[in-house]
Amino acid sequence: MDRLIDTDVAIIGGGIIGASAALFLRRRGRAVTLLDMGACGARASGVNYGGVRRQGRPLSQMPLTARAHELWQQLPALIGTDGEYVRSGHLKLARSAEDMQALEQYRDATRGHRMHLQLLGPAELRRRFGWLTDTLAGASLCPDDGHANPRLVSPAFALAAAAAGARILEDTRVRHAAHDGARFEITCENGLRVRAAVLLNCAGAWAGEIAAGFGEVVPESMIHPLMMVTEPLPHFMSVSLGIQGGGIYARQVERGNCVIGGGRGALQPDGYARPSRSALPALLARAAELLPPLRGAQVIRFWTGVEGSMPDHNPVLGPSARVPGLFHAFGLSGAGFQVGPAIGEVLSELVVDGASAIPIDAFRIERYAASAHDAACRTESSREQTLEST
Amino acid sequence: MSAPVAPVIVGAGPAGVRAAQALVRAGLRPIVIDEAARAGGQIYRQPPPGFTRGKPALYGSEHRKADALHRAMDALLPHVDYRPDTLVWNCEDGVLDLMCQGEADAVPFRQLVIATGATDRVLPFPGWLTPGVYTLGGAQVALKFQGCAIGERVAFLGTGPLLYLVAYQYAKAGARVAAVLDTAATADRLRALPGMLAAPALLGRGLYYMAWLRAHGVPLHAGVRPVRVLGGQRVAGLRWRDAGGAEHELACDALGFGLALRAETQLAALAGCAFDFDARDRNWLPRRDPAGRASAPGVYLAGDAAGIAGADAAELAGERAALALLEDLGLPADTRRAAALERHLRRIGRLRDALERAFPFPQDWARDIADDVVLCRCEDITAGTVRATVATGAASEMNRLKALTRVGMGRCQGRMCGAGAAEVLAGALGVSPAAVGRLRNQPPIKPIPISLHAAGTMPGTPT
Repeated sequence: MDRLIDTDVAIIGGGIIGASAALFLRRRGRAVTLLDMGACGARASGVNYGGVRRQGRPLSQMPLTARAHELWQQLPALIGTDGEYVRSGHLKLARSAEDMQALEQYRDATRGHRMHLQLLGPAELRRRFGWLTDTLAGASLCPDDGHANPRLVSPAFALAAAAAGARILEDTRVRHAAHDGARFEITCENGLRVRAAVLLNCAGAWAGEIAAGFGEVVPESMIHPLMMVTEPLPHFMSVSLGIQGGGIYARQVERGNCVIGGGRGALQPDGYARPSRSALPALLARAAELLPPLRGAQVIRFWTGVEGSMPDHNPVLGPSARVPGLFHAFGLSGAGFQVGPAIGEVLSELVVDGASAIPIDAFRIERYAASAHDAACRTESSREQTLEST
Repeated sequence: MSAPVAPVIVGAGPAGVRAAQALVRAGLRPIVIDEAARAGGQIYRQPPPGFTRGKPALYGSEHRKADALHRAMDALLPHVDYRPDTLVWNCEDGVLDLMCQGEADAVPFRQLVIATGATDRVLPFPGWLTPGVYTLGGAQVALKFQGCAIGERVAFLGTGPLLYLVAYQYAKAGARVAAVLDTAATADRLRALPGMLAAPALLGRGLYYMAWLRAHGVPLHAGVRPVRVLGGQRVAGLRWRDAGGAEHELACDALGFGLALRAETQLAALAGCAFDFDARDRNWLPRRDPAGRASAPGVYLAGDAAGIAGADAAELAGERAALALLEDLGLPADTRRAAALERHLRRIGRLRDALERAFPFPQDWARDIADDVVLCRCEDITAGTVRATVATGAASEMNRLKALTRVGMGRCQGRMCGAGAAEVLAGALGVSPAAVGRLRNQPPIKPIPISLHAAGTMPGTPT
């Protein structure tokens, strides 16, 4: 059955960005049709670590992450659930004096962005967080950062958008999207066609393909952050953890399970990713070393996901450089969960108002236009700012 | 180039031992990995060394088969690389990750025989988590492995041949069996009779257990449904409903229950096997050809791990899979023997159809699970939570249900709660269990200690 839907805004991708854009657009009265190839919020948005943190983000993301911080506070009003969101604090650890120096520089550079970072020396770190290994040089605490349950939060954005009147179509994979000079026409593998004046490309790890279809080739790659979860344990980890330089991140959920990430998985032929066995020992060993209370604990599951990543670890966010009415929001590079709702709101402002008060110039797709190839070849040297995130 | 890698057999029950035997006969030296300390599998589980109960007492009418299998394994020991007490917890790119007596190890393979057996299929009912409630298989293991009964006055509930066998074994061992409560109706058994006549020995054995139990004063009831377990800290009895709808109370201090068996398929999933829904087992099973070849190259499936068929079939299927493995390696394999094994397996398959008619899965059970009954005991999720999630329209398949409710997310990773969750989800959606899909498996297959790799090295990784 070939169906045709005419709508104001078509959205490809029902992750936290696409679904929150749908929600905010409905609030502004726009007709919205959202297409997801599987289930909304089931990919990177739903299986990520669950960190909701501002600390560690680059300066260019400060206004966006600050707005997201406000939106997370309003989560129950927005999507009808708190999604297990807690402002536990985010503690970024330093292994060495150099790490500590980097944390100090970061605090100085981000002053005025109201993160209220507190630098803790080794003695204070031991006094306040005695469950950590005693070999650390210090840490930086962002008291109002925290974590949430992505399995609940991301699908809830899609449900809230649907309740607000957005048409949410799952198991609807896009085969082809084109612009005829006036409108977009999107053809799906199930025969559905969608016509819209505006198209939002929120397709995560698959968004680069959509952009390329409109002549905008960007060096988006797929990453598969590796995570594991322990059996429920008595509560000890009072904050969400990251570490300067990356490599491990950890939090403990209300039920007592510890969620710990670090290293990578690998893509499988079926489009899902799986943990890489070569990365498992390092993750186990690092967790046992950093968190002595875990040494007697058992791991009940490893998992990973499929996430889009850009060479500079900043998203592509904003209008297309080539096609009027096309907007991109993808390549969150392992740090999209916290900023996702704010990006959705920004997209709604770009569509309805033509501009957003949040500065997003740093994320323009044009930054790859000239040197896409060079960028793709660059190594992942600045990884530490984003690794412990999502 | 490294030396040729040995074929690996996971599981040393009836299927695994017979597979090993066939490979050894062909001159190979397979690696045999088993979670238990001694070979035999669940059905022919051996007690620890030094226990003195004889095999007739341990295995009843099957003691000769048990003894033959144990002897076969003993004779194989010089010719196989036997790894008892070893958990296979991951499989990726031709390497199995192991935990051997708490230590990490890994073995590469090019040929893998999966003979991981089965566990009880359980569906929740009110009070099923009360201390003193065991699975049928668990009750049997306590008796076989440790010579312990699960209680002094024990009731057995559920369906399948195991129900009567375990009750008989308990009674023979001196336990007081309060009653055997079969969810299958007498009419089911009569309907299955023509099919069962093809296997007079099996039918005779079943009738013998029933007659023996009756003669020893054990009440047998058919068409039963549980109402609830009585007692708080400990089982004090069982309230049950008979086929006519009348409720009764039975005094007992322990309850063994199970609704036939459920294949252990996680290793097959991690090894990349394709799965199909099997209507008879009401479960997703790894796809295989009649010889036992899985869809993943070099992977073979044998025994209950590939679909429930019992110990006799497992022995045949283990040998058949090994012959297929030899054939695929270009080694001489007895094709006439292979054909005879397949014929025999087909015959047992038809018998399984008849058994399924005699002891049908109680399709109304899941519907009747009250909302406040815990469905997933690891994560403490009730049937009501699942139904409420379905009512929001958010969950139409198992992986989504897991994400939204945590069902199957705990220690057992769905091994125990998966069957019940699928039935409740399917019931709430008004679809067949086939339509709700299969939980994607992740490593580890069973929990591993975080300290497993204290040194941070992965054995078996090419350098």
